[in-house]
Amino acid sequence: MDPGLILFENILQALVTGIVVGGVYGLLCAGLGMIFGVMRVINFAQAEFLMLGMYASLFIFTLMGLGPALGPYLGPVVSALLAGVVLYIFAALLHPLLLARFTGTRVAGTDGEGHYAQLTLTLGLSLVLSNGALILFGSDPRTIQTALTASAWEIGPLVGDHVSVFLNKGRTVSFIATLVVVGLLALFITRSRTGKMLRAAADNPEAATYMGIDVSKSHRFAFGLGAAITGVGGALIAVNFPFHPYVGHEFIVIMFAGVVLGGMGSIVGAFWGGLTIGLVQQMSAIVLPAQLQNASIFVVFLLIILLRPQGLFGRSVERA
Amino acid sequence: MPETSSNRVSIRGADVRSSVLTGGLGRILAFAAIYLVIAFFVKSPYYLLMLTLVPLWATLGVSWNIFSGYSGLISFGHAAFFGLGAYTVALLAEKFGVSPWIGIPLAGLVGALSGVVIGVPTFRLRGHYFALAMLAYPLGLMYVFEWLGFQEVSIPMRRDAPLAYMQFADARYYVLIATALLVVALLINLRISRSRFGLSLLAIKQNELAANAAGINPFKWKLLALVLSGALAGAAGGVYAVVLLIVSPSAVFGSIVSAQAAIFAMFGGVGTIAGPVIGAFVLVPISEYLAAQLGGRLPGIQGVIYGVAIILVITLAPEGVLAKFMSAFKRKELSEKQSGGGLLETTLQPVAQSPRKTNEIALSVKGLGKRFGGLQAVQNVSFDVYQGEILGVIGPNGAGKTTMFNVMNGIIPASEGSVVYEGRDIIGLAPFEICRMGVARTFQVARPFPRLSVLQNVVVGAFATEPEDERAYAAAREAIAQVGLEGRSEALAGGLSTMQLRLMELARALASRPKILLLDEVLAGLGAQEVEHVMRAIQNIQARGITIVIIEHTMHAMVRLADRLLVLDHGTVLALGDPTTVTSQEEVISAYLGKKWSARAQR
Repeated sequence: MDPGLILFENILQALVTGIVVGGVYGLLCAGLGMIFGVMRVINFAQAEFLMLGMYASLFIFTLMGLGPALGPYLGPVVSALLAGVVLYIFAALLHPLLLARFTGTRVAGTDGEGHYAQLTLTLGLSLVLSNGALILFGSDPRTIQTALTASAWEIGPLVGDHVSVFLNKGRTVSFIATLVVVGLLALFITRSRTGKMLRAAADNPEAATYMGIDVSKSHRFAFGLGAAITGVGGALIAVNFPFHPYVGHEFIVIMFAGVVLGGMGSIVGAFWGGLTIGLVQQMSAIVLPAQLQNASIFVVFLLIILLRPQGLFGRSVERA
Repeated sequence: MPETSSNRVSIRGADVRSSVLTGGLGRILAFAAIYLVIAFFVKSPYYLLMLTLVPLWATLGVSWNIFSGYSGLISFGHAAFFGLGAYTVALLAEKFGVSPWIGIPLAGLVGALSGVVIGVPTFRLRGHYFALAMLAYPLGLMYVFEWLGFQEVSIPMRRDAPLAYMQFADARYYVLIATALLVVALLINLRISRSRFGLSLLAIKQNELAANAAGINPFKWKLLALVLSGALAGAAGGVYAVVLLIVSPSAVFGSIVSAQAAIFAMFGGVGTIAGPVIGAFVLVPISEYLAAQLGGRLPGIQGVIYGVAIILVITLAPEGVLAKFMSAFKRKELSEKQSGGGLLETTLQPVAQSPRKTNEIALSVKGLGKRFGGLQAVQNVSFDVYQGEILGVIGPNGAGKTTMFNVMNGIIPASEGSVVYEGRDIIGLAPFEICRMGVARTFQVARPFPRLSVLQNVVVGAFATEPEDERAYAAAREAIAQVGLEGRSEALAGGLSTMQLRLMELARALASRPKILLLDEVLAGLGAQEVEHVMRAIQNIQARGITIVIIEHTMHAMVRLADRLLVLDHGTVLALGDPTTVTSQEEVISAYLGKKWSARAQR
């Protein structure tokens, strides 16, 4: 085959895979972006929520027999959503226990001090959750195995007999589920009463208190929802990605890169940021060796953070 | 008279501080000696390894503390320095047969250089963004080293010359090397904490803008801290490679390494000498012991312990266990110190007038303008400040008075125009440069370094122009006396009243020996007696020949203080001249003073 056509095929394949993979990254980022946007907390433990989402979904899928009951298309998606519920409950319980001590109106006056404690706390949480998971679940890689995990649709040939693009079925189903979840999330934030309350609490916690909004309740809800969204994202990735208790390390910079790219504080921006990171990751595979795919994300992340910390999609949210 | 008193004070200050210095030094050496004596009697290789690892990790904690503890910029990326140091030693030994005796100092150098490479771009970031960027460096390096094929680099055995290659049959030598490194790290930390370096970093941590305006170059100090910190972490990584003989990317660049660096310091107490050491001495043995006992069944136990420790410390003893422990003893002493003596300010005696206003131009503002988007906050403002005068700046809220100050001392860039001082346009210079040239300022909302004492707050200002520490302290005491705050010089700034804060800011500005002082509403919110005290202080400052530009709303005070008045309205100059003429001008009355004022003034 003509080398030009091979390159064309590679680019097209990377583009399609990038969008499919990036969409799910976008979901991870939306969860992290939700917590940052509402609570102004950089949650280092978010990658562990992702990991817990994967395990929760795995156990729900196998224990409830969702594979045989709902089939390979619907089964993993339903168990991912149920894993989201589990994560919501987990995080919403964690919030008053730990997070609320260092966030919200309590630290309104002591800005710098609050950040310091928050970063430290979530770092500690991340260590406990990832290593605790190692103790509980062991280090063997797991996957949510279905008939779709290793099969693909072929699109093409597009040019004569050549140029075909392959779509992994499991990933594609996850991508579609992601679009639905993100769409519902965007509607919820912009249209619903609770969504408006969240945005008010995010914009100015003090003023929101005067308007009768229970800021600490909003924070608790946002923390739970943010964990749930990232957990669902993790569960959707788990359909064709072998995972282990330290899997969060592979995603933490992807998540932060997406959130920063989207303009910290913007939830929908975070989704687009994550999508872009997925594209960058897949496109870089054309020119870079496989091991450096993730390094390319670091480079992009550092470039964004150094050159355009307000992000590409959102407006600057740093308040004076 | 002031000279003799400041001499006496400085001599006493020198005594106190040098004795504390030897005290700290003595304690560190004594501690190291006891530790080595204990290690001397240990035979088991396992316990000797632990005795090596404890000071090694403590060194990493001290390294983290030197940077994050003093600057307040949180680094969760110290594994970058540690890992680069470890790989420097391992690769030099494996590929080129270089001895660790040379490799470890080179590892320190690599750590220092990476401090520069990482610091220069990253210091542009604040708070969250800085922490995120630091998190990314070691993780990125981890992938790069994996890609380079350095999954496992081992230091080759050199049976021919074990001593020359730091390969000891007796493991006690490794304890010695690790302890020696810790002592070096502690001495550097001690030196920093006692010097202007540490104080400047603490000032930056507590209020970077105020530190900058008081003549501190934040970038320089932060970079120096990161370079020193990186060097120590790099050297620690180098020793780690020598002790464990094998280096892999996840072991040296992994997030647990970065986390450990931070955890030890936080556990013991951030910004203290002993804190990181206490953290390592408590946590390393516990986690190593449990990992050895339960590691087979509970593989993640070490991480869980570190995680739980950090969560407990931040919730129960956020200042660290050392502070928690000490506070039981110290509380009484501290409260005595704070309430003891000099509750009221010293009454200030008027200073003999030096010749007041001259016709020499001290500072010249020409066509100054500042736009914020569509808003023209300051527009084509031109005026001269004469040597030795008090120029009052008045005008309604939003007239652009504070913005003008912010542009004049470099906090925000000008859109157009120039400020000529000593024959040079100072627009475009950083606040600390302008301060060092002799233009100091105070802020409308006081910006203290709340957790430093009054003396420390003020000495930060003195550092700007005084390279000798002793003389800087003397200058600071003199400045404090000039505003009548001697009685409070040891109190923490966070506990001062509004007037005391204003006086302290005044002293901080004075301590840099300015030629021109920009005062932003120093009288606002003060009671009548307090106003008299501060006004006396200002008049005394002028009497010593310092030119003053003052923004003030209290018209009665202003008329008494100012030699000339500058009236701003909507960012432009409305009037400029002697107070009587200006306050009777029609447009000044309608724009600012109001009819009531003119009626009363005419009576």
